[in-house]
Amino acid sequence: MTKYRDDPDSIRSLVRGGDVHRDVYISPELFDLEMERLWHCAWIYVGHDSQVPAAGDYYTTEIARQPVVMTRAQDGEVHVLYNRCAHRGTKIASATSGNCGAVLRCPYHGWTYRLDGALRTVPLKGGYANSGLAESPAALGMTAVPGVAVHRGFVFARLSRDGPDFAEYFGDSLSSIDNMADRSPVGRLEVTGGTLRFMHNCNWKMFIENLNDTMHPMVAHESSAGTARDLWKDQPPDAAKPMVIEQFLPFVSNYDFFDKMGVKIYDNGHSYTGVNFSIHSKYSSMPDYEAQMEAAYGAERARAILGEIRHNTVYYPSLTVKGAIQTIRVARPIAVDRTLIESFTLRLVGAPDSLLERSVMYNRIINAPTSVVGHDDLHCYRAIQEGLATDGNEWVSVRRDYSRAEDERGVAGIYNGTSEVSVRGQFRAWLAAMTSGTQVR
Amino acid sequence: MPAIASDGELIEFVYAEARLIDEKRLEEWYDFFAEDGCYWVPLRRGQQSGRTENSLMFEDKLLLKVRIARLRSPHAYSQAQPSWCQHILQAPAIEDRGSTTGVAVMRTAFLYVESQQDHQEIYAGVAWHHLKRVGERLMIGLKKVELLNCEAALPSLQLFP
Repeated sequence: MTKYRDDPDSIRSLVRGGDVHRDVYISPELFDLEMERLWHCAWIYVGHDSQVPAAGDYYTTEIARQPVVMTRAQDGEVHVLYNRCAHRGTKIASATSGNCGAVLRCPYHGWTYRLDGALRTVPLKGGYANSGLAESPAALGMTAVPGVAVHRGFVFARLSRDGPDFAEYFGDSLSSIDNMADRSPVGRLEVTGGTLRFMHNCNWKMFIENLNDTMHPMVAHESSAGTARDLWKDQPPDAAKPMVIEQFLPFVSNYDFFDKMGVKIYDNGHSYTGVNFSIHSKYSSMPDYEAQMEAAYGAERARAILGEIRHNTVYYPSLTVKGAIQTIRVARPIAVDRTLIESFTLRLVGAPDSLLERSVMYNRIINAPTSVVGHDDLHCYRAIQEGLATDGNEWVSVRRDYSRAEDERGVAGIYNGTSEVSVRGQFRAWLAAMTSGTQVR
Repeated sequence: MPAIASDGELIEFVYAEARLIDEKRLEEWYDFFAEDGCYWVPLRRGQQSGRTENSLMFEDKLLLKVRIARLRSPHAYSQAQPSWCQHILQAPAIEDRGSTTGVAVMRTAFLYVESQQDHQEIYAGVAWHHLKRVGERLMIGLKKVELLNCEAALPSLQLFP
């Protein structure tokens, strides 16, 4: 049954100001349409170019359920190709990462491709002498994904031929990536330390929406961060906090803290919390690193970089960034109720290892499948997925700090941190992509 | 220096340690760890560091204490329906009796089953126990758990493999 595919009005009726219909989270048809429309036209995070440092290096992943491979060519250029042989369709690179030398070679019949996807050799080529191969789709080689953009090493791809320009799509939200890279004394980042891969049995939007939801930590994380707080409470106020206590405690800050943190909303679904300060603001200082930053950038600029302490930035719909702690999380939707979340740590090139140790600890205690924080988040997402099966109420409320004026003027701007405006901003972008007539199937 | 304990004592220690987890006698389990003890579940095969590389767990006693206290908390929502686990251990092999280092090393292949309501996950792996004498007691300096599928996309893993 297709209820939504050919009926943009029925999709429009799912998002009404401060309410969203449950089908956006539970309808398999809408999930398929999201992959074909939203995830097809948006700029999706693929990987970081430090994951393919040398010529011949490759890294495999998926965009909208389609396998892609990111390669580094001999000239240093990064390419993103559909990971499929032009001959019979075999997925070519099957390891997560590696080095393939000068060519990608199909494991089935040995067709080879240059690192930009161009067809290089076909075994026993005489068999194709008068076959019309040169005019057939196979002659085009491994298809390159139409849009590829690299910003400070972050590689994004757009599957659609037409669509928003990269700079226009992300706008000034790229300042969060810039700030993370600027935190390296040489302005460079390097993905390192392995990928935490956490399977979520929930819709991808629940994860993305949660990143700038500041009304849940004091509730959902009372058992983990609240426990850490209780274990620490008899210590004198000036006792040096172990890193783990320093990282847990701010999660159970009060509503006022999260409200004053502020949230900034951009067009196209992007946003970040922590406009004024964040849960990372009170980490102990690292004098050696700060001196390094001053030497590299000058005192004033170094202060400005390190003083920008954002919480989460959402690069809708696929990437979330924590610049102040150098971790990123990537959402890979698999089914309407299944999403893979991959978390990475980034080394600030040139900075002391103590910063990487801090990122690694944060990533482990917050983002791992073994995380006591993650367990309660996922429990709530799953509980939503199950709760939405009820017929008692078909609507989900995202109305906190909503007013009708927002429908006219749009959502871009700075708001109090506990507002649900970031979710509404995401649904504006969602609706635009899901109903515009230009998408390619 | 003689071996730090008899073979029987070393082997019984490994069995007893797993049993405490399975029976959720977690405060007693916590006391099996030396003050500088560490419980490590690496993310990757051959992983060298828990500090500069990501791990599933890399817990000092403070983190273990948070984990255990959380499991006792009425606000641990992911445990509203409690998880239970079962270790099935192969006979522990004594790799080193600690006669020169003071640290005995045990290698134990295992199956670990974690179950919650209608869901059950089965993990396989090898546990390495580094044991030392603290006063009269044998204690854990390091328990390193190498899961066979450590690099897989995992669901919530909520107890202690």
